[in-house]
Amino acid sequence: MTTAVAEERETYLNAGHGVKSWLLTKDHKRIGLLYLFTITFFFFIGGVFATLIRLELLSPHGNLVSSETYNKLFTMHGVVMVFFFLIPSIPATLGNFFLPLMIGARDLAFPRINLLSWYLLVIGGLFAIFAMVAGGVDTGWTFYTPYSTSYSNTWVIATALGIFVAGFSSILTGLNFIVTVHRMRCPGMTWFRMPLFVWAHYATALIQVLGTPVLAVTLVLVLCERMFHIGIFDPALGGDPVLFQHLFWFYSHPAVYIMILPAMGVISELVSTFSRKAIFGYGFVAFSSVAIAVLGFLVWGHHLFVSGQSLFAGMVFSFLSYFVAIPSAIKVFNWTATLYKGSISYATPMLYAFGFIGLFTIGGLTGLFVACLGIDVHVTDTYFVVAHFHYIMVGGAIMGYLGGLHYWWPKITGRMYPEGWAKLSALVIFLGFNLTFFPQFMLGYLGMPRRYHVYPDEFQVLHVLSTAGASVLAVGYLMPLIYFMWSLKYGAIAGRNPWKATGLEWQTDSPPPVHNFDEIPIVTREAYDYSGTVGQEVQVG
Amino acid sequence: MSFRLFPVEASSISAEVDQLLFFLLAVAAFFTVVIFAAILFFAIRYRRRSDNELPRPIHGSIPLEIVWSVIPFGLSMVMFTWGASVFFRERRPPDNALPIYVVAKQWMWKLQHPEGQREINELHIPVGRPVKLTMTSEDVIHSFFVPAFRTKQDVVPGRYTTTWFTAIKPGKYHLFCAEYCGNNHSGMGGWIYVMEPQDYEAWLSGGTPGATLAENGQKLFENLACANCHKSDGTGRCPDLTGLFGKDVKLADGSTVKADEGYIRESILRPEAKIVAGYQPSMPTFQGLVTEEGVLQLIEYVKSLGPNPGAGQAEGLAAPGSR
Repeated sequence: MTTAVAEERETYLNAGHGVKSWLLTKDHKRIGLLYLFTITFFFFIGGVFATLIRLELLSPHGNLVSSETYNKLFTMHGVVMVFFFLIPSIPATLGNFFLPLMIGARDLAFPRINLLSWYLLVIGGLFAIFAMVAGGVDTGWTFYTPYSTSYSNTWVIATALGIFVAGFSSILTGLNFIVTVHRMRCPGMTWFRMPLFVWAHYATALIQVLGTPVLAVTLVLVLCERMFHIGIFDPALGGDPVLFQHLFWFYSHPAVYIMILPAMGVISELVSTFSRKAIFGYGFVAFSSVAIAVLGFLVWGHHLFVSGQSLFAGMVFSFLSYFVAIPSAIKVFNWTATLYKGSISYATPMLYAFGFIGLFTIGGLTGLFVACLGIDVHVTDTYFVVAHFHYIMVGGAIMGYLGGLHYWWPKITGRMYPEGWAKLSALVIFLGFNLTFFPQFMLGYLGMPRRYHVYPDEFQVLHVLSTAGASVLAVGYLMPLIYFMWSLKYGAIAGRNPWKATGLEWQTDSPPPVHNFDEIPIVTREAYDYSGTVGQEVQVG
Repeated sequence: MSFRLFPVEASSISAEVDQLLFFLLAVAAFFTVVIFAAILFFAIRYRRRSDNELPRPIHGSIPLEIVWSVIPFGLSMVMFTWGASVFFRERRPPDNALPIYVVAKQWMWKLQHPEGQREINELHIPVGRPVKLTMTSEDVIHSFFVPAFRTKQDVVPGRYTTTWFTAIKPGKYHLFCAEYCGNNHSGMGGWIYVMEPQDYEAWLSGGTPGATLAENGQKLFENLACANCHKSDGTGRCPDLTGLFGKDVKLADGSTVKADEGYIRESILRPEAKIVAGYQPSMPTFQGLVTEEGVLQLIEYVKSLGPNPGAGQAEGLAAPGSR
């Protein structure tokens, strides 16, 4: 019955036709999709670089590509994945699409700025693509000085400009979210009735607005030194190279939370929906997001333990780093406790949520290792760190992103994805991920430095395992690309609320109408109140 | 193909770092097992049996929140304290350490012994004796990393950084550059040869360096005509350097600074940065006239000029006369 109705009804997808109706849209949902296409493109570009890196490392002797090429590969992998995929990933796609829906708003506070922010990402991306096509960049995504300012002979300026421009995309998205959450909540949607996804995005937006300008300033200083030889970082020009590291990590450590907080927000939604229970300790989970955002600004110096920074600075930053671990631990415990006496479904999004909790737990716990001064001296700049941050940024952020994409796919498109294939892909990604990155912890403690094109023979076995895992992982990432596209035409019609979830986004049609709600909803209950979403209460446990 | 799962413990600090690692591994394993087991158990025990199940809501528990905040916090403070104490020990060299001077450049390590031996990408040291490295770079940032010693220190252009270790096991160990430094970063490695003391003495006397580091510094001091102003009787236009090293120096702006390696390096390359009280800023810069290795030789020469309270004897002159 719904088929005929859904096709006649006006939705955000059929409300306008033609390229212009997309490129000039002010609808947050369409802009979310523009972002989705953009970052998916960059994800697979970054993935190609990762594939080449892993293939090269099959052999210790560096015989696939030259050192110059290898250095460009890992640099461009990092630049693309961090600045053009992970930073915009969840906030700019799922956040853009669902934040207004979840608080009962018709759009973000500034729809034109929202469109502008997408154009800024695209312009920044074009700079980066130009740099890659013109010959690449080889500084590492961290742009450490004075290598990046005085020694590298690659396309540093174009790449830095690209990141600079894309940064403003991130700032504007954050600004839009903050104002939207303050000003656009529907009647009855008090702060403590907001879904935790919204809390997480609010905290993320604070970091985007407060942290990203520091990155912009730092990149401008790099450009000044590289183009005009103004001595800021290069000691030969009277500068201080370690100053760059302070400035860079002042943004780039909180940037990790820009990537992981929105994923945590997604996981809260998934765990609640698929155990059909209110999140255990809602207030603690909500405030832990804010705590992570605030404390995240105080720990940048833990990237500098061996940089020559003073012993006492190292001690203070180690101490503060342990504080930021606690709110993350609180989230994991509360998600786990939410399952207790729940009604737990094994739908694909929940498999991703399980995967997220597992991988984030390992990523977070190994964060304790690198925050520990005595251990970090040995493992910093080795594969241990590479493994650790991939567990957070791939095992955490990307699992959260894919979980969210599956969860909301029916709402975005009105169609269900094929459940069997999706479950299989979740499993393949989980196994492939662990096989890729777990051996890297061992490599790191053995002393294998990161960013090495050629390495001693004794590390080869673990590298081969890692490359084998990466092959599995690549298959896992290609599967959703294919079946999501397949589902656009052949997927089952989803209906309004296929998961029997509680959020306001599930009370409107799938796909939603242009103005989200035919009537602005009035909220009278807490988030995650499932009474009334299912017919008959059946006692569980 | 050789394969191992755990690195050798070859310095006095290695076992300490590894014990700390095992503590963290135990804590991490405990929480991983607890979380994984709980998820698995709940997921099976409370699996959805019919599509219209509605579990009773549970909104949380303050006591539980306190428990799972306070216990991890307590454990993390143990990690912090233990980690910081290991760090302080591995960062503070003992006074009697054998000084080695390291200059890094793209893409090689240049090392100088006080006795005058120079090595490239290799370092020979005796077992059981603390070794202190004073390091700088000629170009970009590098990092001196010896996994078997569990130690690593960035080598930064424009300043000195130091690290130290006591090797406990003779053998040949990897030296890596751990900070990305350009094209041949992964080729910027070498070996640390840890030798029995008598083998080390034999190795030292085997080479024919000709002059010690301090003697080379003295030659440089004369060639650069430093002595024209830095007169040893205190009558020159510039301060007398005898007994300078390790002392507190009063500056023209009223502050004091300790005459360590970094201060002497700065005074040679940027003499105007810190003017000694009672003197005019008359010294020209020697930036470009003297290499980083030359600066280190000059420092070793200044160290050799008489007593140096607190920082130990100038090793170059006090070393056994093995040549």
